[in-house]
Amino acid sequence: MVACRAIGILGRFSAFRILRSRGYICRNFTESSALLTRTHINYGVKGDVAIIRINSPNSKVNTLSKELHSEFVEVMNEIWASDQIRSAVLISSKPGCFIAGADINMLAACKTPQEVTQISQEAQRTLEKLEKSTKPVVAAISGSCLGGGLEVGVPAAFDMMLTGRNIRADRAKKMGLVDQLVEPLGPGLKPPEERTIEYLEEVAITFAKGLADKKISPKRDKGLVETFYFTELTAYAMTIPFVRQQVYKKVEEKVRKQTKGLYPAPLKIIDVVKTGIEQGSDAGYLSESQKFGELAMTKESKALMGLYHGQVLCKKNKFGAPQKDVKHLAILGAGLMGAGIAQVSVDKGLKTILKDATLTGLGRGQQQVFKGLNDKVKKKALTSFERDSIFSNLTGQLDYQGFEKADMVIEAVFEDLSLKHRVLKEVEAVIPDHCVFASNTSALPISEIAAVSKRPEKVIGMHYFSPVDKMQLLEIITTEKTSKDTSASAVAVGLKQGKVIIVVKDGPGFYTTRCLAPMMSEVIRILQEGVDPKKLDSLTTSFGFPVGAATLVDEVGVDVAKHVAEDLGKAFGERFGGGNPELLTQMVSKGFLGRKSGKGFYIYQEGVKSKNLNSDMDNILASLKIPPKSEVSSDEDIQFRLVTRFVNEAVMCLQEGILATPAEGDIGAVFGLGFPPCLGGPFRFVDLYGAQKLVDRLKKYEAAYGKQFTPCQLLADHANSPNKKFYQ
Amino acid sequence: MGPQIFRKTSELFLPAASCPRYKDLMPHDLARAALTGLLHRTSVPKEVTDYIIFGTVIQEVKTSNVAREAALGAGFSDKTPAHTVTMACISANQAMTTGVGLIASGQCDVVVAGGVELMSDVPIRHSRKMRKLMLDLNKAKSVGQRLSLISKFRLNFLAPELPAVAEFSTSETMGHSADRLAAAFAVSRLEQDEYALRSHSLAKKAQDEGLLSDVVPFKVPGKDTVTKDNGIRPSSLEQMAKLKPAFIRPYGTVTAANSSFLTDGASAMLIMAEEKALAMGYKPKAYLRDFIYVSQDPKDQLLLGPTYATPKVLEKAGLTMNDIDAFEFHEAFSGQILANFKAMDSDWFAQNYMGRKTKVGLPPLEKFNNWGGSLSLGHPFGATGCRLVMAAANRLRKEGGQYGLVAACAAGGQGHAMIVEAYPK
Repeated sequence: MVACRAIGILGRFSAFRILRSRGYICRNFTESSALLTRTHINYGVKGDVAIIRINSPNSKVNTLSKELHSEFVEVMNEIWASDQIRSAVLISSKPGCFIAGADINMLAACKTPQEVTQISQEAQRTLEKLEKSTKPVVAAISGSCLGGGLEVGVPAAFDMMLTGRNIRADRAKKMGLVDQLVEPLGPGLKPPEERTIEYLEEVAITFAKGLADKKISPKRDKGLVETFYFTELTAYAMTIPFVRQQVYKKVEEKVRKQTKGLYPAPLKIIDVVKTGIEQGSDAGYLSESQKFGELAMTKESKALMGLYHGQVLCKKNKFGAPQKDVKHLAILGAGLMGAGIAQVSVDKGLKTILKDATLTGLGRGQQQVFKGLNDKVKKKALTSFERDSIFSNLTGQLDYQGFEKADMVIEAVFEDLSLKHRVLKEVEAVIPDHCVFASNTSALPISEIAAVSKRPEKVIGMHYFSPVDKMQLLEIITTEKTSKDTSASAVAVGLKQGKVIIVVKDGPGFYTTRCLAPMMSEVIRILQEGVDPKKLDSLTTSFGFPVGAATLVDEVGVDVAKHVAEDLGKAFGERFGGGNPELLTQMVSKGFLGRKSGKGFYIYQEGVKSKNLNSDMDNILASLKIPPKSEVSSDEDIQFRLVTRFVNEAVMCLQEGILATPAEGDIGAVFGLGFPPCLGGPFRFVDLYGAQKLVDRLKKYEAAYGKQFTPCQLLADHANSPNKKFYQ
Repeated sequence: MGPQIFRKTSELFLPAASCPRYKDLMPHDLARAALTGLLHRTSVPKEVTDYIIFGTVIQEVKTSNVAREAALGAGFSDKTPAHTVTMACISANQAMTTGVGLIASGQCDVVVAGGVELMSDVPIRHSRKMRKLMLDLNKAKSVGQRLSLISKFRLNFLAPELPAVAEFSTSETMGHSADRLAAAFAVSRLEQDEYALRSHSLAKKAQDEGLLSDVVPFKVPGKDTVTKDNGIRPSSLEQMAKLKPAFIRPYGTVTAANSSFLTDGASAMLIMAEEKALAMGYKPKAYLRDFIYVSQDPKDQLLLGPTYATPKVLEKAGLTMNDIDAFEFHEAFSGQILANFKAMDSDWFAQNYMGRKTKVGLPPLEKFNNWGGSLSLGHPFGATGCRLVMAAANRLRKEGGQYGLVAACAAGGQGHAMIVEAYPK
């Protein structure tokens, strides 16, 4: 989720660049969003139209590479030289992919900014070639066209086409990025994808001919998106330097606010655009390629690329295909989690039973699923018809009818061991032998839940994160007894639900909750030391956490936090201490359960966006106040006290074998807990920040507070031998 | 085999597109005229009729069971039940086959089946918001409640809702789907225009030669009498080539000239058990030998019903393409007919989408819609089915064949085919 958001921000700015720069297109960060190997371009001539086909060999997608650039320049030269050819169509031979962008591996392999700058300049030359074409070129785009790929399409096309059933294609047309849409075709005399590309080419050829014969006029003589976004007046205003300065300033402010200065790329992009507009496009191009080179070498770039690779890894089923496909799913408990799991299941076509104990509870859950789907209708991601047909995959009920057909049951009942035991026994009486029993718990050890099972090999943990339809992570927990096929089934279902999956060993708090608990304990101590929740929130968000620490407690639920703190406190003892759990106990007794009860550290009111502090907390905090230790209470120390406890615990999970790989640890922390994506996750952070520096910090805090900050053995090992890295 | 079903004669009348002459009428007026026409031509005693079924697509809410209103108005016994069916463009087919079912199951001996569509007037509704406001106002008890409701009124509530010829499930208009279908089967604009020209030319010829004998004249109250289909307009390929695409602009291939047009019309047909007809002294015209309904993906195969239905009905009846002397296919669009031809002629399509080993086979063009089709004669949605069956029966009579095959596509991705057999002379 977080990585997407980062790219989303960049995406938005790529639109902005085009917007403010007349005739100048900056092609900076967008190129980093895909992968490639080798490329091949060939062309044929139909009548007086050249058809340039892009087809990277041995790859599912076309990518911008050195070979592609040089071949492309050759091909364009031939086309310009030919008397026969009057126009050209640029098309991919791969169904569903035009050009996916530049290759992350290619960029990652670069050792210096100069290398990246050179790659960028080559790409610029290719695109310049297209922009300056004397003969009309129509780009016929089918499927993904990202980053650099889009840039090949955009300047090239006096007219340009794009296929796609989705709204994005629609929106691209509205924005003026593309000129025509071709809708995908159904079955005919060939496979639909093949014929659609052929048709796209046919239509593109008629356009290319029309342009060459001047029967069709290139409409986009004005700035690309300008006509859509800008009135004549604002376009004029932008020619006044003073106004421009104001615009730059505003945009920079907005970017800073959104990125908190943690992501360098958007600001550099603004710089480049500024250079382009103020000093002309040549200076702009040069600045662009240089800045791109610098950016590729930053820690942030390495962290984000690492996350990209980790995510690819966590989208695979390492247990192979399960013996039986899960087609019928049953979920116990229609609460926030149960209904959330139901929503992400039904929209992937799984027949899902949602069972609750009461009609009220069930109705609430069904409404949650419906609302989730209906919100997509409002955003035009679904039609109302699709919503209804998806919703009919859901059966709401109060009994165990139909469970005899279930391939998997996921329980999401209240976090209470005896209750979980009761439902497990009830369910096992009605489900078939092959059916998997998965428990969605955030802290109860799965082996304890499985203790009453007749078939512990079929019991597994599936820890979803709230809100389930937004949070990408799924933490799967296997016990000693869980069979491989059960794991394979759970991962397969998770992947079907669109999740990024980490598989961890059983233990109190598994991986994610266990990392979060010590940090939360520190949150309480910091609050007790007199830092107010707003200040704490701003300290954590400025470190890169998407949600502030105090707000996070409110979001998770104070009662849940208390529950987890007690359970894990018992399991891990003093190491998980720090803050006084009495704070949470008092909050719960007063009914301050966080967002769900309307009050926690903050006050939540329907329809009120700005949050106010809950003044009733003052008494509680005052009664538990402890004096801060000045040597470890600077803003930076507070940030690091939180982060080091998190990171130390994460490394300990790897040390103890709860985690199989550091990559899973990073993905779990970033996608499930909101660990700052710009740091790449706890393990990447150790590598990039330096284990020694972290251990030094831990020792400093250890001196002040004791055992809770003792660096774990594995972290100490890394500090002792600087060559040791989690990622080689 | 159940009892042999035969249909005696049908009366059809369908003068043309958004004909201003019909604009003041209601659907049951047209349906009633079809019924009185049928009574007149067949001289069947009204009281013998056991049941009346009509098909319609765009319903007039005042006469939602249009069959009953028309039957009462036409003077049928008020003891004769009537119901209305709807299945998009194959609604009249559904009316006929429902009648066949009633006879086959021994419920009835004599059934009148038909269909009606009045496109000159369609129910245009208030917006949902406006309707809600009006209904709430009705229920409001006090002046205060009323005023507070009225204060919620916004001008945009007045924007009306028009019925669209679009799939509810996909929101795609039928013309758009037809254009994509034509593209999927690589049917060119020229091919489509040529086929449309053929339809108009053949219809003109049939009309001039008096072959369209199923049409009954209709006197419009206060206006002229409409005596013949008035949508038949043979043009030239050059003229047709000038038209802009109607749905996918600017590069689509479906135009106004190669599509069927919005038409008013009604049809009716008398269906009897063979023994009953013979006992009553009737000379039957044809058997309704067998039929089938099919359905498929409403998005990408919306109009491919005939391709799926044709082989199935042939197999069911124990016949082959070679046994058929008269093909009558519903022409929704030139592109749709030609796409169906290409699908029927393709082994690849048969193997990948129909679960068949070999292709269906192409109907020979010289036996195909020889007296024009929906492109030229018009397509009053709910009424077309009877016209197709009647044309097949009349052609068998005139041209001397034994079997006719009727096929049609319909919105919702559905389709229908029927085998018509000439009654031995």
